[in-house]
Formats: sequence, structure tokens, C-alpha cells
Amino acid sequence: MKYQIRWALIFFLTPVLLWLFLLIVLPHIDLLLMSFRVEDDYGEMTWSFSNYMNFFNEPIYWLTFVRTAVYSILVTFLTFVTALPVAFYITKVASPRFQGFLAMLLLLPFWVSELVRVYGWMILLRESGVINHFLLRLGILDRPVEMLYNDVTMVMGLVYTSMLFMSVPLISALESLDNSLIEAAYDLGADMWSILFRIIIPHSMPGIVSGSIVVFMLTLGNYLTPNLMGGKNSLWFTEQIYNQFIASFNWNQGAAFGFLLLVLSSLVIWTGLKLTRQKLTGVIK
Amino acid sequence: MDLSVQNVTKVFQEFKAVDNVSFEVQEGHFFSILGPSGCGKTTLLRMIAGFIEPDLGVIQIRGADMTGIPPNKRPVNLIFQHLALFPMMTVAQNIAFGLQRQREKKADIGEKVERILKRVGLPGFGSKKIDQLSGGQRQRVAIARCLVLNPTVLLLDEPLGALDLKLREQMKVELKKLQAQVGTTFIYITHDQSEALVMSDYVAVMNQGSFEQVDTPQNLYHKPGTPFVARFVGDNNAWTGKIRRCDNDGTAEIVTTEGQGFHTKIDGVFQAGDEVDLFLRPEAMLIQPDPSVSGLNRFEVTVRAILFDGANSRLLANPHDSDVEMLIALPQNRQYDHIRENDKIEIGWDVKSGICFPTSLHENA
Ligand SMILES: Nc1ncnc2c1ncn2[C@@H]1O[C@H](COP(=O)(O)OP(=O)(O)OP(=O)(O)O)[C@@H](O)[C@H]1O
Ligand SMILES: [Mg+2]
Repeated sequence: MKYQIRWALIFFLTPVLLWLFLLIVLPHIDLLLMSFRVEDDYGEMTWSFSNYMNFFNEPIYWLTFVRTAVYSILVTFLTFVTALPVAFYITKVASPRFQGFLAMLLLLPFWVSELVRVYGWMILLRESGVINHFLLRLGILDRPVEMLYNDVTMVMGLVYTSMLFMSVPLISALESLDNSLIEAAYDLGADMWSILFRIIIPHSMPGIVSGSIVVFMLTLGNYLTPNLMGGKNSLWFTEQIYNQFIASFNWNQGAAFGFLLLVLSSLVIWTGLKLTRQKLTGVIK
Repeated sequence: MDLSVQNVTKVFQEFKAVDNVSFEVQEGHFFSILGPSGCGKTTLLRMIAGFIEPDLGVIQIRGADMTGIPPNKRPVNLIFQHLALFPMMTVAQNIAFGLQRQREKKADIGEKVERILKRVGLPGFGSKKIDQLSGGQRQRVAIARCLVLNPTVLLLDEPLGALDLKLREQMKVELKKLQAQVGTTFIYITHDQSEALVMSDYVAVMNQGSFEQVDTPQNLYHKPGTPFVARFVGDNNAWTGKIRRCDNDGTAEIVTTEGQGFHTKIDGVFQAGDEVDLFLRPEAMLIQPDPSVSGLNRFEVTVRAILFDGANSRLLANPHDSDVEMLIALPQNRQYDHIRENDKIEIGWDVKSGICFPTSLHENA
């Protein structure tokens, strides 16, 4: 009996482990090694820290890096702030018959690819776009304004892209919140804000943290939205990595940048977990 | 007058959950609302707490009209059916929650929490988590969480429903003692008549959205005002029959549909030929009464089963030549140990123990 279970385990686990090893661990080891190698004056590859030194010596690199981190945290926070009322409405206010329908509406935009969604925004926002057209017609503007290619638009686009990944864990966290807890708090004299901060948010903490981790990682690693909606000055760190790999064909430098990004996201998530006193395993559940 | 409810009605999509209910509760009283499941008790309580606005009628607390005042501004607190303790907080934080909302000083809060924990018999439990408590302890925390705010009226929605029988019996007595100590007005909802009878100063019996009778537990038991109350409060044997003759001394002769003749006292105006419902408590039936006692309705029954339940033991019996089932109290003084199943025994009941209602009242029971 025990023997059989052992074999079943191996049978089912092997593809997963193989997949993890071949597609994730192996390339990362290769990239890690690559990031420590540079071409010396004679065209030979040697071991060196210079890829990492470049990052610290060149302000454009680490400024972009810090910018990306700060904006990702901001986007995560804004996504949370917008998704919480939505999730609350769907789980606690809307009548049960509409809950499924409303959750569907949240999901709907994700049936088309991110590229199409971003182009949708561009059609709306660009200088000759739909919104400008209407504002001109209504006489609110007398000259079209460029609404694309700035940080505000980029952040908005990133929040929009991330909404679903925050709403779904929040909805499931709020669904498990007993309505009578909210009523009891109300009965004991709490106003809306103390119910939010003392009852709803502490109860939904695992959902908030898991949603935040997903949104933060997706935003940090997003390439399309910052590139298409952000302006010339809104550089995202993924663009730096792309430039190294594709434009400069400097794979070693690109690999070093990639690892710095990995360290950054791990660090921010670790800090977040420590601050909210959550455990990674608990959050994943 | 701590609470006054006047002509309150609540309709849910054509369905009258609470129908023209009026009552008043004196300061410091333990007032129970007793009724079967779905009769509108919770709806009525939630209107007093402020979660539902009545469609008609006025609710006043200490003379102040509560219309339009939200639950967090009312001087009442509600203990929920499933307690609704905050699992993310400790016992002390749960109790301090309401005090913090009133912006009390930190030192005062700590002191009040300690004092109320001692009062409900949980000193030193402040730092425990809710899921570390037993059912009875949670109960007490829920009560402490409300009482610490000194509400004018404390509302309790079947708070003992989730406890096991033994603990429920114990909490019943404790709750009554606690209420007497703190002197807060309690409004207690239950579908368990024994809870209502044991704890209350006054009990309202509720049926299909309206009150049938508001009275002391003793009166409810001995002088039920409607057939519904007679059936719902305590056990009763019921017969339907017709009045054959009314006597001048407030008694009448009744013939049941099975053809048995009884002589019973009547309250109210009856005429010969009226259809009536006759109720009789199991303990009003005397087993093998002394032949010298007069004024008894005597008849013979066949014992079907002996339902032994300690002090609450009963005989299940059929009156002579009929299959009507009736319950007879079986005192456990060893005097009746000889009774066996299928024995024929004589039963007697006093003329004054019968309770009669005209059958027309039967329809809303
Ligand atoms: N929000 C609502 N919408 C429609 N009908 C409702 C609503 N709330 C309660 N009802 C109905 O009103 C009636 C009374 O409900 P209520 O909860 O007051 O009963 P209850 O006496 O507390 O019963 P229980 O002892 O089972 O708790 C029930 O038939 C219920 O279906
Ligand atoms: Mg109820």
C-alpha cells in the first residue's frame, strides 16, 4: 500500500519537477553565471562584477530601478484602494442574483489580450482620440490635449491591468466575512471607517497580501503597458533589460539587470509580509 | 419606561413579518419574546436595534423617538444569534471595541474591561483569542462586550441556541443572576419556552407576526389567553367539544367529540351548543384519586406507555374506548410504581383546572 502511494507520488510529481527544473531553475542558473562574465580587451570571457558595478555607476540604471519599484508599490496600493469597494459591493451589497454577473463583468476585459486593451486605451486617450473629440465637441477644450505618454496615464493603465488579480482574492476573502461581524461592530458604535480598519481589512489581510504580491510582481515585470502608455521619460526597468538583451545584444549585462529585479521583488515582498505579519504559506492558501 | 414599541409593522414583499405589535418594558425588567421559528422575533429585535426601519409604528427608548437613528447611535446593544465575536481580536480587544468608539481614555478602558471580565466570571481571560474559548465562555464575552457599554436596553437573539443542553441550563440561571446584579433591561428572544419562563419577569408570546399575550410566566402557564398560548407554553391535553349546559356558578358541562362528558369551569360568555376547545395540563390529572374527594371529573384510561423522565415523567394513555392520546403527570414518589403498560387506571381532574376557549379562536392558532 505504502509502496504504491510512493510510486503514484513520483509519477505525478515528476512532470512538475521536470518543468520547474528545465524551464525555471536551469535557465536561471545559466543567467546567473552569465551575469558574472564580461568580455575582456582580448574578446575573451572572464569572471567579473563589472555588470553589477555598471548598474551602480550609471545613474540612469539605478534611477529607473528605484522609479520602477516606487511606481509598482504605488500601483499595488492604488489597485487595492480601487478593488476593495468593488469587491465589497459585489459580495455584500449587490443582491445574490447579480453577484455572479458582476464578477463576470470584472473578468470580461481579460478575455482580450493585454496588447488589445492597451490599444483600446490609446484610442480613447490620444490627441486625436475619442475623449478629446468629445471634449472639443462639448466646447470644454478648444485645443486637443495629449493625454498619453505621461506617468499618470501609465499608472492608470497599470492599475486597470492589475484590477482582476486584486479583486478575485479580495472577493473570496470578503465572502468568508460573516455579515453579522459588520453588524455587531455597527451596533457597538463603530462608524464606516472603524468598521473598515478594525473589521474588514484585518479579516481580508490574507487576501489583500496575496493580491498585492501578484499585482506587485506583474506590475514590476510588465513591459507592454509602461512602454506603450508611458512617455519618453517614464522608463520602466524591464525596458532597460530589453534594451540590453535585444538592442545592445549585451546578454551578460541584461542577465545582471534581471537578477537585480528578482532581488528587488523578493525584498519588497519579504518586507511586505513582515510588515503585515503574514506568512507566505498562509497567504497562498 | 425603558422601551416602548407602538403599533410596529414590517412587511417584506407583501409578507407581514411583524404585524401591529405594541408593548412596553419597565426599567430593569427581564422581558422575553417567545415564539415558534419564523414568527418574526428577529425582525422585531432588529427594528429595535436599528438595522431595519419599521414600515409603520414608533419605537421609543427612554422616551426618545428612534425613527431614523442608526444602530451605532442607539443606546441599545444586540447579542447576535451566533454571537459575532471578532475573531481577529483578543477577548480584551473585543470588549474594548465599543469603548474605543466612544473615545474613552485608555486607562479607563483597561479598568472597565477588567471589571466586566470579573463580573461575567472570566478574570484574566483578556489576552486569550476567541478561538481558544469554550462555547459558554464565548457567550459570556459576548454579554460582557455589550454590558460594558452600559446600554439602556440589552437585546439578546437566542444567545443560548448553539449551546448543549447542560450548558444551556447553567447559562439560563447565570444570565438571570447577572441581569439581577447589573439591573440592565433585557429583551430576550427565544423559541424555548423553558428559557422564557425561567428567566423572565414578563413574556410576550408571539405567533405569525403578532403578540398573542404579554404576561408574567405564571399567568401564561395558568391562565393562557388564547388557544395558541395554551398549546405553546407547557404541555397541554386538548379536546374539542360542545357545551351541553351552562351552570350559574361559572361552570359548564361539555361533551367532547369522542362522547366523553366533562364538567369544567369557564371564563367568558358561552351558551349551550357552542363549540369549545378544552385544555388540561398533565399535572392537573390525578392518578387514582381518593374516592372521597368530590368535584372531580373521573374516568378510566388505558396506559399505553410510561415516559420516564425523572421529575418530568409522564404516562401516555388512551381514555376508555377511544384512541385520543393524553399525557398524565407521573409523580416520582414511588406511589405509582405498580402501574404497567396496558393497565386500566382511574383518572380524575378538578373542575377548576380546565381551560376553555371558543373554537372560533382556534383558527389563528
Ligand atoms: N429580509 C427579508 N426579506 C424577506 N423576508 C424576510 C426577511 N427577513 C425575514 N423574513 C421573513 O420574515 C419571517 C420572520 O423572520 P424572523 O427572522 O424574524 O423569524 P424568527 O422568529 O427570528 O425565526 P427563528 O426563530 O427561526 O430565528 C420569516 O418568514 C422570514 O422568511
Ligand atoms: Mg431569529
